Amino acid sequence: MSQTATVQHQEAHAHDDHHHDQSFLSKYIFSVDHKVIGLQYMFLGLLMAALGGFFAYAFRMQLAFPGEAVPGFGVVSPAEYNMMITNHGTIMIFWVAMPVLIAAFGNYLIPLMIGCDDMAFPRLNRLSIQVFFVSILVLLLSYFVEGGGFGGAWTSYPPLSSVAEYSLTNWGSSLWLLAVTLEIVAFLIGGVNFLTTTMNSRAPGMKMTDVPILVWTINIAVIMFMGSVGPLVAGAVMLFMDQRLGTTFFLPSAGGDPVLWQHLFWFFGHPEVYVVLFPAMGVVAEIITTFARKKLFGYRAILYTIIATGALSFIVWAHHQFIAGIDPRMANIFTVTTVLISVPIAEMLFCYIATLYGGSIRYELPMLWAVAFLVTFLVGGVTGIPLGSSGTDLFFHDTYFVIAHFHYTFFPIAIIAMFAALYFWYPKMFGRHMNKTLGLIHFWGTVIFFNGLFMPLFLLGMAGQHRRIYNYQHFPDLASADLQGIRIFATTSLVLLLLFQIPFVWNFFSSMFTGEKAEANPWKANTLEWAAPSPPPHGNFKELPVVYRGPYEYSVPGNREDFWPQHMPDRN
Amino acid sequence: MLDYFMPQASTFSGDVDNVFLMIVWVVGFWFVLTLATLAYFMIRYRHREGVKASYVTGEKHSENKWIHYPHYVIILCDVVLIAGSIMVWVNVKQTLPPKDDTIRVIGQQWSWAFIHSGPDGQLDTEDDISTVNDLHVEVNKVYHFELQSRDVLHNFSVPAFRLKQDMIPGRTITGWFEATQVGTYDVQCAEMCGHGHGIMGGSITVHTPEDYQRTMEAIKNGTYESDYLKRLENDPIPIAAKRPQVSQNTVNAGEENLVSSN
Repeated sequence: MSQTATVQHQEAHAHDDHHHDQSFLSKYIFSVDHKVIGLQYMFLGLLMAALGGFFAYAFRMQLAFPGEAVPGFGVVSPAEYNMMITNHGTIMIFWVAMPVLIAAFGNYLIPLMIGCDDMAFPRLNRLSIQVFFVSILVLLLSYFVEGGGFGGAWTSYPPLSSVAEYSLTNWGSSLWLLAVTLEIVAFLIGGVNFLTTTMNSRAPGMKMTDVPILVWTINIAVIMFMGSVGPLVAGAVMLFMDQRLGTTFFLPSAGGDPVLWQHLFWFFGHPEVYVVLFPAMGVVAEIITTFARKKLFGYRAILYTIIATGALSFIVWAHHQFIAGIDPRMANIFTVTTVLISVPIAEMLFCYIATLYGGSIRYELPMLWAVAFLVTFLVGGVTGIPLGSSGTDLFFHDTYFVIAHFHYTFFPIAIIAMFAALYFWYPKMFGRHMNKTLGLIHFWGTVIFFNGLFMPLFLLGMAGQHRRIYNYQHFPDLASADLQGIRIFATTSLVLLLLFQIPFVWNFFSSMFTGEKAEANPWKANTLEWAAPSPPPHGNFKELPVVYRGPYEYSVPGNREDFWPQHMPDRN
Repeated sequence: MLDYFMPQASTFSGDVDNVFLMIVWVVGFWFVLTLATLAYFMIRYRHREGVKASYVTGEKHSENKWIHYPHYVIILCDVVLIAGSIMVWVNVKQTLPPKDDTIRVIGQQWSWAFIHSGPDGQLDTEDDISTVNDLHVEVNKVYHFELQSRDVLHNFSVPAFRLKQDMIPGRTITGWFEATQVGTYDVQCAEMCGHGHGIMGGSITVHTPEDYQRTMEAIKNGTYESDYLKRLENDPIPIAAKRPQVSQNTVNAGEENLVSSN
């Protein structure tokens, strides 16, 4: 480690002699510093979130006011509608949830939380963000080729996705697939780095049970990602060959099997849900212990339930395929495994709630977001049961109930937990606080209109409304004024939800320059990142910390203060 | 609960709705209990001057029994839900009651072809009656359906029947339903199938026996007017992308495969 650091310092020093432009480039664009790379991931992820949000705006407007020109977009054609729903999903999962939650916060926080000066492989880290950047360019390129972007849903089932005559997006399909594959490569590179760093670079004295839950969850997520992504990449290569080289792995008319892709895809796709969930749970764990001034209830129990959930999530994938033409007897097995996943997940949530027991809870902005996460994710969790049990999935499969359900899981994961983390670590990242009033406006606007957007979709799902249909006026049972009213209500909520992000954007950028100065440990937290100055300089710590205890020793009897940092040798 | 939104128009739609209702009650109980506990803790243990938080590790049995005991109950609830769900599933998807009649449903981008067996009750005979996007069945009769696709994946879904099944090119997937209520219901394609997926709808009309005979006669004589086609003509949005000709090879290969798998 120290060797790497020396090399970096030399590099930085060497660049000081050159022109100002170059030093800016080496410091912010081609940096190997984990913090800069983390922020690069974050900014790219937030930009992509804006694009995904814009797509959502355009297609929800089409649903509410079918056929009318959408302000800022124009009339939405069916092809464009399909392109936008496909890319909204792809972007939000692969280019928002994963980069922001795992790559951005993982990069920024892992070295700080385990008390080292940088990642184990800084240059590999830079390669990861560069591949990620290329994947974005490829995705954007796919919108401008002949035929437009890919519109075969983010699940990309063949033969629709593999035969250009069916999808009518010849290069759009291939570029989309290439972009997703590149993004996965970027994450594999980054993931190797996370694991190696956590295993080898922990501060002296830090046992595995002294590692903060967030670092654990990111690493477990990375291991799960690595375990599940192989079949998907194999499938992606086969699909790409079907598209471009004329092979027929998934084409039934020439002996292939389209259902094979579904297995490969969902074998990755379901663990992927937990890949992004776990870092979010980690973020929330860090925040609720800090603001409740309480030790995390059952550190080991939480750890075991995360591992159990992760393991179980590898054998539930076919609940996405109950009615896809697989042997119906398989559905029984997958119903059992799917419903049983409620056991470890509920245990985890109970531990979080139990952490609040006997606490002294301060409702600062990060804590508000963390509580909002628990409540909304709970809704997402319980509404998964009718989908995971085969008897009711008969009806609910691919209805708006599914959409509402997974947005109640993914929105808390990718958006609410992300904001919780941003508000929590913002003082560390930029050395200043965000404005609390603007933060409150942003919080309430987001949470209220998120519910206003997705609660009605449960009703539409119960009314039998299917996904991915650009105009429900074609279906007499769904064309009633009541149901259209619900759609307009949801769309209105979405527009307000997006508008309430404006105070955040303003707050985020203006606070970097004018916000109240933050000290090193503004929240009085225990973990090691708060031992570094805010913002941490290159190399992170003035002197590398030594760890004496676990990360959650709050309100320990006999101490004067209600927190006891990991690196502090004596009583606090 | 679901019948508030939609009629229960098939024999098993009531069963599906009942399982859903059971899930709503069981899961709803836990949901309310968890939320209530969270809300109570949030208010009861808010920060107050001079009150310090307590030190609880959650590692001792006396502490974590509060987590573990609810878990045994949750596992019990899971067993009940799984059993109820599998019973319905086995009835709908794993058993095939004796049939009164057979229909064939063929999906293609982006319409349905429905083949009624005609008076003899046999498919692939001279008296078969084909329709587009317009399916007619008799009430209280067990129908077996044969699902086929000519190009990509489609999904034959009748929400009022609580029925849904993917259609896969190259395969014939068999299932059954028995309609119990006279009326006209939506048939939706529930699997993304390309640019025109949003218009791939149709209707299924459940007739009384007399009415069914009359309608089939009208279709045979060419005097029947399809409601569905009329609705599409009033479509406010033109389909921007017209479907171009599929290369002959692909279609032929698909046809052969359809025939050979029958």
